[in-house]
Amino acid sequence: MSLRITLATTARILRQLRHDRRTVALLVAVPSLLLTLLYFMFHNAGPTFDRIALIMLGVFPFVIMFLVTSIAMLRERTTGTLERLLTTPLAKLDLLFGYGLAFGLAAAVQAAVAVGAAYWLLGLETAGGVGLVVLIAVVNAVLGVALGLFCSAFARTEFQAVQFLPVVVVPQLLLCGLFVPRGQMIGWLQAASDVLPLSYAVDALMQVGVSADPTGTMWTDLAVVTGAAVVALVLAAATLRRRTP
Amino acid sequence: MGSAIEVSGLVVDRGRREVLHGITCAIPAGQVTGLLGPSGSGKTTLIRAIVGVQIVKAGTITVLGSPAGSAQLRRRVGYVTQAPSVYADLSVRENVRYFATLYGLGAADADKAISDVGLAAAKHQLVGDLSGGQRSRASLACAMIGRPGLLMLDEPTVGQDPVLRADLWAQFHELAEQGTTLVVSSHVMDEARRCDRLLLMREGRLIGDDSPAAIRRAAGTDDLEEAFLRLIKEHEGVAA
Repeated sequence: MSLRITLATTARILRQLRHDRRTVALLVAVPSLLLTLLYFMFHNAGPTFDRIALIMLGVFPFVIMFLVTSIAMLRERTTGTLERLLTTPLAKLDLLFGYGLAFGLAAAVQAAVAVGAAYWLLGLETAGGVGLVVLIAVVNAVLGVALGLFCSAFARTEFQAVQFLPVVVVPQLLLCGLFVPRGQMIGWLQAASDVLPLSYAVDALMQVGVSADPTGTMWTDLAVVTGAAVVALVLAAATLRRRTP
Repeated sequence: MGSAIEVSGLVVDRGRREVLHGITCAIPAGQVTGLLGPSGSGKTTLIRAIVGVQIVKAGTITVLGSPAGSAQLRRRVGYVTQAPSVYADLSVRENVRYFATLYGLGAADADKAISDVGLAAAKHQLVGDLSGGQRSRASLACAMIGRPGLLMLDEPTVGQDPVLRADLWAQFHELAEQGTTLVVSSHVMDEARRCDRLLLMREGRLIGDDSPAAIRRAAGTDDLEEAFLRLIKEHEGVAA
């Protein structure tokens, strides 16, 4: 691995993004617009908005970055740039960390805007700090990127890649505690929820919601999500083959 | 002069079909070797095997003294795929600069590679907005940038107008004079005469491996296309 090549790859991916203004606009604006929608949906529901908006601040970057990354990586495969890159001095991890960094940065911007809108325009209130919410959002985005890189190996077309959203992302959303508190789930669902990384991300956000200072549970949750992202990146590296049939 | 590439008994399966049936050849260093044959004859597969991205079933390939695909070759072998593999959503310059960084080179080297392929005037354009010929030249620039000892070019002149094609060939020979080994595939026989040496392929086998002059002499004709046809007939005669 080389830091120079990793950073050059990050810069290249961000340049590609910059040329695609519409995608940038969607990335930055959509989460805030959806939060606004939630705000009006739960207008008279008191603290419900606070709870749901806080969780969504972590869910959006995960879902969006998963989708963006799996398509971006699939494009690298289908246009031949991946095969070409693998004949150069670039290491597999240079490419994967390059993606993680690039979309992690994009997610930081996205999260900053969404968090800003949620707290200052929509009146979101949490016991814990705003910075922690942004941090958790970025770690979630990196998890989305890592899973997207991994899943793109199993898709040959964009149609297939998009289908991984319901397969990989939706179950995590259903079981993360957003719809039903995890403690109230029947045993095997709870067990499934316990092995899905998004559950820990949501738990970390709920800790920020109720506690003024970062709790030990929150740090453990965050470590679990980070670990899951690293595992997914290593698995993704294993799917990159320099030699193909 | 020694060999840059030595291929021995190369067998490759793609899908469930065997597409290369035991190829053995040596490609001389510092020359332009043309890999000629109709589409589907296995040119791309042979190139992929030499670059080290193709899973091979049997045989050995030695490239610049190392087994094909080994890590130390990644700085020394440049590869241009048939479909231009550059980022359509980046400008020409952004593309070439990125590949320059992978080889530890800077912006000046990138600019030189861009003007070498005649794209200086288009360097700020997005690759996606370029014509097919320009796009493949952008792809070529990304491979030439690392000043590799071996350049493997899969149909680099397809879609280029005659003037540019002549330019590119002149550059290939210039690179060869500086010591680069080039392997250029084409299905256009008229490009064969521009090569120092020819490998003629048909249906996954080599049916000719010599200089253009020697191939013409052996076939008893001045026309390379005719020579190729005679070689095919001869080969089929042997097989039958």
